[in-house]
Amino acid sequence: MFNLIIRRLLQAIPTLWVVATATFLLLRLAPGGPFDDEKPLPPEIKEKIEAHYGLDLPLHEQYFEFLGNILQGDLGPSYKYPGWDVQEIIIQAFPVSLELGLWGLLIALSVGIPIGTIAAIKHNTPTETGLMGIATIGICLPSFVVGPILLLFFSLHLDWFNPLGWTFATDRVLPAITLGLLYAASIARLARSGMLDVLQDDYIRTARAKGLAEKTVIIRHALRTALNPVVAYLGPAAAGLISGSFVVETIFFIPGLGPFFVNAALNRDYTMVMGTVLFYATLIILFNLIVDLIQMWMNPRSRHD
Amino acid sequence: MTKQEREKAALEATSLGRDAWEHIKRNRMAQIGGVLFITITLMCWIGPWLSSYSLNQQDLAYGAQSPSAQHWFGTDDLGRDLFVRILIGGRISIGVGFAATFIALVIGVIYGSIAGYVGGKVEDLMMRFVDAVYALPFTMIVIILTVTFDKKSIILIFMAIGAVEWLTMARIVRGQTRALRKLNFIDAAKVYGASHFRILIRHILPNCLGPIIVFTTLMIPSVILLESVLSFLGLGVQPPMSSWGVLINEGAKKIDIYPWQLIFPALFFSITLFALNFIGDGLRDALDPKETK
Amino acid sequence: MHRRYFITTLCLSCLLWMTVGCTKKKTNVELGNTTQELYLGIGAEPATLDPHLSTGLTEYSIMMAFLEGLTTLDAETMRVLPGVAKSWDISEDGLLYTFHFDPNACWSNGDRVTPEDFLFSFERILTPLLGAPYAYMLYPMRDAEAFHTGKLTDFSKVGATAIDDHTLQIELEQATPYFLSLLAHNTWFPVHPPTILKHGSMTERISKWTKAGNYVGNGPYLLKKWRLNTEVYAVKNPHFRDIESVNLNGIHFLPIEIDTEERAFRSGHLHITATVPIHRIDWYREHRPETINFATSLGVYYYMLNTSRGPLADPRVRKALAYTINREELTKHVLKAGQQPAYHFTPPNAGGYNAEARFPYDPDLARQLLAEAGFPDGKGFPAFELLYNTSESHRTIAVAIQQMWKKELGINIELHNQEWKAYLSTREAGEFDILRASWFGDYDDPNTFLSLGETNNGNNHTEWSSPEYDALIKQAAVTLDPEARKAIFQKAEAILLDEMPVIPIYFYVTSRLIDDAVQGWYPSILDNHPYQAIKLIDNE
Repeated sequence: MFNLIIRRLLQAIPTLWVVATATFLLLRLAPGGPFDDEKPLPPEIKEKIEAHYGLDLPLHEQYFEFLGNILQGDLGPSYKYPGWDVQEIIIQAFPVSLELGLWGLLIALSVGIPIGTIAAIKHNTPTETGLMGIATIGICLPSFVVGPILLLFFSLHLDWFNPLGWTFATDRVLPAITLGLLYAASIARLARSGMLDVLQDDYIRTARAKGLAEKTVIIRHALRTALNPVVAYLGPAAAGLISGSFVVETIFFIPGLGPFFVNAALNRDYTMVMGTVLFYATLIILFNLIVDLIQMWMNPRSRHD
Repeated sequence: MTKQEREKAALEATSLGRDAWEHIKRNRMAQIGGVLFITITLMCWIGPWLSSYSLNQQDLAYGAQSPSAQHWFGTDDLGRDLFVRILIGGRISIGVGFAATFIALVIGVIYGSIAGYVGGKVEDLMMRFVDAVYALPFTMIVIILTVTFDKKSIILIFMAIGAVEWLTMARIVRGQTRALRKLNFIDAAKVYGASHFRILIRHILPNCLGPIIVFTTLMIPSVILLESVLSFLGLGVQPPMSSWGVLINEGAKKIDIYPWQLIFPALFFSITLFALNFIGDGLRDALDPKETK
Repeated sequence: MHRRYFITTLCLSCLLWMTVGCTKKKTNVELGNTTQELYLGIGAEPATLDPHLSTGLTEYSIMMAFLEGLTTLDAETMRVLPGVAKSWDISEDGLLYTFHFDPNACWSNGDRVTPEDFLFSFERILTPLLGAPYAYMLYPMRDAEAFHTGKLTDFSKVGATAIDDHTLQIELEQATPYFLSLLAHNTWFPVHPPTILKHGSMTERISKWTKAGNYVGNGPYLLKKWRLNTEVYAVKNPHFRDIESVNLNGIHFLPIEIDTEERAFRSGHLHITATVPIHRIDWYREHRPETINFATSLGVYYYMLNTSRGPLADPRVRKALAYTINREELTKHVLKAGQQPAYHFTPPNAGGYNAEARFPYDPDLARQLLAEAGFPDGKGFPAFELLYNTSESHRTIAVAIQQMWKKELGINIELHNQEWKAYLSTREAGEFDILRASWFGDYDDPNTFLSLGETNNGNNHTEWSSPEYDALIKQAAVTLDPEARKAIFQKAEAILLDEMPVIPIYFYVTSRLIDDAVQGWYPSILDNHPYQAIKLIDNE
């Protein structure tokens, strides 16, 4: 296992390099530049500004300079917000997204897994149909629909929560539910399917035959294997959750990282796009590694691997 | 492959198929799902012919009217009939939803099962590639697609959506395959001299079907909604054409003022998803190789 | 296990309900009314608080709190008032302005504001290396343009001189009637030289001087806190020269997305919004008419035609397109905020100028013109495309107009949207048939609109060129008599409407939701609202 971790961390370096290079090329291919605006700058002014950021150099020189900076851990200044460094923005906004994402994840797991498990155990009963019906409703409701509805009812109508902001503990409730719901529904469906698969397996039958209580069989033996697809799904989902959701953070006016991902691309804020992409890539790699470790640990079928 | 084996395989295939059909016949929910889905699809293709309004017929003075005898689902802000717009939008959404999901499904399953089955360095390389593609800025890719190619081509939507949606499918299938590949029955098949291809197709994939089907039914709604994001960035379906994603997106903002603008498209979207999920569950049960009589 | 989950959930919900139920917090508006703190929606995050680098109105409206120019504008009438300069003399020929500084004018660290500070600031914005996007606003000053374009390298030769430590003289290229109001614009604002130099060279763009804690200004407020996408928080500046006039103790500038902003207002968390979602306008008119405010603004919404493309080269076709847009219906039913239909190009009352030329809404005449151009009933008209940048309202307008053209002229066009930057790059390359565009005046004068039609204007992407028109605009620039100048603009406007390289659609209106507690916020054509005038009065 230790070897695996080392190997994967070593693999992360070329992966990040590929991501950085591809993003660099994408940015230069995209139409429009960071300094284009409604009222276009006189060409000589635009040249001056571009020179300031080294954008007048030949492409390969820009590329090597940028790689050099990254290697020194410098993501550079934002083009859109002069005076702000990309690192600074990420460091400021990420903790908020992280917290929101963790709450969302907690809701997704604590709602999704029980629903899915119970549905599988009660296979072919009205309970299952009911629970899966609820899960399907969850899938039908994207966050840009759930968010406004929750706000309308709980903030504007009942006045229980602030309709925006991230100041008080209660400000976490509605965004976390909005964020967690969709994932909860997906997890429920995946968990049910995984559990149904496992409950047919020989080793579960053996366990049952041994006279173990159904509860023990399910928790001790079945759940681990059954959650394999859920865990595979969770890797990228968790990375997405904690790096911030554009929709939820915009609807609730939460000072997280989510809007920066989209806006940086729309603003052609080259350094900001690069910074957020590399940050996200690191999270993806990290979470997929964790997921693989969990899968190894959870899966009795491939334990003796 | 010996003759005996071939016969056995043929037998397996027919019995699996027959079993599945028997299963479906017994599964009431799957039947309901099937009927619902066919109804919605037929409505989308036939319904607009029955209405006296056309997709783009506008009456500015008659904008945002609540449902009435003339406009069953009310009108949008430009006074266009929502009933017709939802049905015609359904053609786009169902079409895009299925086609793009199918592309992502095929790529994801093939890629994931190969990576999981082969293992070792190849798997590492393939999965790191998936990690890298995950991280690429989707917005930038879409923007580049819009200016590089003919923007109205529907193929571009499939490309863009396929590019993101296959990744999680690949990870899930790879995870399942890995768990299966060291199991006894796979070894047994190897001993019998079955080819890798055969092992993948006959033994591994059938055992992954559960998660594949479930994840496919999860993918369709996200594809339908993603389509509206693409049209926002200028790719694919352009106004005055409509789609469920776009209608829901617009309706969501006006939920407390013009609720019908959200409720009706959301209703069609939800019914379709319910139907698909019932069918998916039925299929899963029907095709499950382990669920023995 | 499931029972345990259930119990946990139950406990959590109870806890939640208790915390929520027991602590009824005051809303921002209630809080702000007692502490005199304004919660103001600004729509978008300001890109910068450096007065010389900023480009937009959002930034200007914030920087007005932190910095002050030689003159200021009256909140209600937009008349010029003293700022850093308590008085000024103007020479007979209108070329030489002498400003006498207010001895109380101080920076927020206590330093006095000196003429030297202004010279430093002028030099900074005009130095090409800084790449100030709006440096041309200083061009009325003698040789400012020469210095900015590099023809002159010695700044002391530019027409600004410090006579002594409280007198500044500015020489102009030519008499400029609106010069004094120009001085209230952020490009003419001073910056504090020691602060700039502490955080980098004079021309460093990527400087940290604009951060909270570093920022030194001379306006009525200080920058207390700035967090991207969250808040800019301003508090009263104790060193401000006219502290008596400052009513508000603090201002929270909040960059909130449009629909969220409306919810914030409805629940009492904002005093003033940046705008109002179109679909909410009717609701507010009906339910809370006292809160919704509209102000005409110096901006025109129009379609640009690429006159080098196919039938659009024919002025008759361009006119036919313009004459079939039912602007009354569009503004009344689609835009709803009381926008004025545009039958000419320059918005009404731009620097006292009102265009006399008009074009009609006349589908019959349009059909006739189109037939004359060889397309009776739209037959044989080639497919073409209307490009707009992504936005719900641009799309709605485009769809409505698409149908009008189809219905009245039998012409089919395709709509296409691109996100902002792609749209800009397509526009720059001229790769469009018809393009949505808008223009907001930088200053209150018709020239800012009519110069768009000049052949060499960087914003004229129509490929249309008229030597006669160009000559008129040049002539207007050197005409000193205001009436004669207006007459020239009238002629230019008539040519523009006769040739129709652009199709004006409507004149902008800014719509805002404003809480009753806010006093001293007046409608303003440039959307300029000095904060000193604002007071919060709790009616309850």
